Amino acid sequence: MTKQANTLYQEIRQKGYSRRDFMKFCSTMAAFIGIEAHGIGRVAHALETKPRPPVVWMHFQECTCCSESFIRSSHPIVADILLDNISLNYTETLQAASGHMAEKSLHDTITNHHGEYILLVEGSVPTGDQEYCCCIGGRSALDILKEVAEGAKAIIAWGSCASNGCVQAASPNPTSATPIHKIIKGKPIVKVPGCPPIGEVMAGVIVHVLTFDRLPELDSSGRPKAFYSRRIHDTCYRRPNYDAGLFVESFDDANAKKGYCLYKMGCRGPVTYNACGVTRWNNGVGFPIQAGHGCIGCSEANFWDNGPFYRHLASFPGFGIESTADKVGLVATGATAVAIAAHATLSTIRQRKNVQEKVDESKAEFEQN
Amino acid sequence: MTQTTTRMMKWDNMRRVYVYSVPTRIFHWLNVLAILTLILTGYVIGNPPALMSNKEASFGYWFGTIRFIHFVAAIIFVLNFIFRIYISFAGNKYENWRSFLPVSKRFWKSFWQALKLDIFQMKGKEMIIIGHNPLASFTYFILFIVFIFQIISGFGMYAAMSDKAIYQAFVWIVPLMGGDAAVRFWHHMATWFFVIFSMFHVYLVFYHDSVEGRGMLSSMAGGWKFFKKDIYLKKEN
Repeated sequence: MTKQANTLYQEIRQKGYSRRDFMKFCSTMAAFIGIEAHGIGRVAHALETKPRPPVVWMHFQECTCCSESFIRSSHPIVADILLDNISLNYTETLQAASGHMAEKSLHDTITNHHGEYILLVEGSVPTGDQEYCCCIGGRSALDILKEVAEGAKAIIAWGSCASNGCVQAASPNPTSATPIHKIIKGKPIVKVPGCPPIGEVMAGVIVHVLTFDRLPELDSSGRPKAFYSRRIHDTCYRRPNYDAGLFVESFDDANAKKGYCLYKMGCRGPVTYNACGVTRWNNGVGFPIQAGHGCIGCSEANFWDNGPFYRHLASFPGFGIESTADKVGLVATGATAVAIAAHATLSTIRQRKNVQEKVDESKAEFEQN
Repeated sequence: MTQTTTRMMKWDNMRRVYVYSVPTRIFHWLNVLAILTLILTGYVIGNPPALMSNKEASFGYWFGTIRFIHFVAAIIFVLNFIFRIYISFAGNKYENWRSFLPVSKRFWKSFWQALKLDIFQMKGKEMIIIGHNPLASFTYFILFIVFIFQIISGFGMYAAMSDKAIYQAFVWIVPLMGGDAAVRFWHHMATWFFVIFSMFHVYLVFYHDSVEGRGMLSSMAGGWKFFKKDIYLKKEN
């Protein structure tokens, strides 16, 4: 466990990959993380010379879709190296060790590599009275997270669960599911939201951390800018239809067949920051909109509560599922019109004397002179 | 003597007061135009009509144009609002920022008075106020807050499409409100406030004009309001 760590390059070569494969991997990663062509050398150099950092991958309240997505990222080295070799000193779903051995591995990593290891967290953490809702080896997720995070060099919050709570934090959030950044303070945290995030994006974030020894540039929400700076809408191949005002009106109409914009079908592309339109999924085969279904905004906070998914405007909080901002607004406008009509009627009656007095007054004044 | 002449008031007994200066009036009508444009284009952006075309998407851009108009109107609206803030420091006392702040005890006293007399039509001594009455001032105060919210939320959403510092300066609203979807929702919702405000605003101007006969309706055109001489002198001295 504590022997001198190999570099990533050594691990890759031992695995039977050629140097050419390695260079392809470096180029792919450099492209994903958005660095310039001359940066490929830096990526390769970093992976050749730096000992692989220990990584601990914790699973809490989640469905493992992040891991599933990760091992399906398009470049085989991603899965092979990052998962088999890099270092996963501990990951519940993929490790061979189990029971006390697994716990020992975790314990060894966080003590021997204190301050060096990267903590990847998948899943949210139940808190407060509901802390017991997620326990591993008899300890609560909150307890484990705090212990493991303490010596971590950096934390990467995988997926929407760890970044913003996802479905388990949706109203009414029965387990008080809490995203990582609300629990751990004072540590660099990268959020990689998505349900799941794109495998290449996950790999890109890890490679960035390995290559540059620092976190990628983050936006105001703590997400890597390289992948989350643009809305799906801005990179969507259907965007010209939006600008031309060509919309799908129902999923079975001719417009849907022609591939018009899904804006009116509730597509969340205009409010969702992710790389789906560029990187796409399943080795670049496609993404939801390409398959004819609107984006549901899975990488945005509270996306479960901003429903319904198939309507452009969210329902108005507190007014039931069928209420939209426009319905509430229209009713309020109608009520205003009624109030004005009532007031006009009432004031005409009430103020008649008042107005008449003014008329008489003017008349009197005029006659006086 | 005809009926019309007997209804005339003697001019000698009247004073006209120049309440709304030219800049304020320009602000008002520009604001009307900008807000109307923003409401209409905003509604279309939220609920685009089904206009179909056989042409390829690359030959059409009407929805993009609507959005462009919305953004241009928004910039005019913001600059105009900044102009109004300037007037509230440089303009006359009826336009001054102090007249909008609901802080003094006197303000609230006459706020309730206006509410009772004008809105609930209760009996009471007629109120004579040369500038805005406190009920109106208070409504404008709320309105200005909604202005600011619309500007921040609008620019915050626009930041996704522009790297310009002016838009990026408002990007913090997005994580604060929990994402673009929430910002868009409340931006949309606040629009209804403008619709309802406008209805009340226009109605009450007509109401005051007809009940009080002091030229409320025309004051935003010519700037003048009319008061009886003795009342005016009492108010101003």
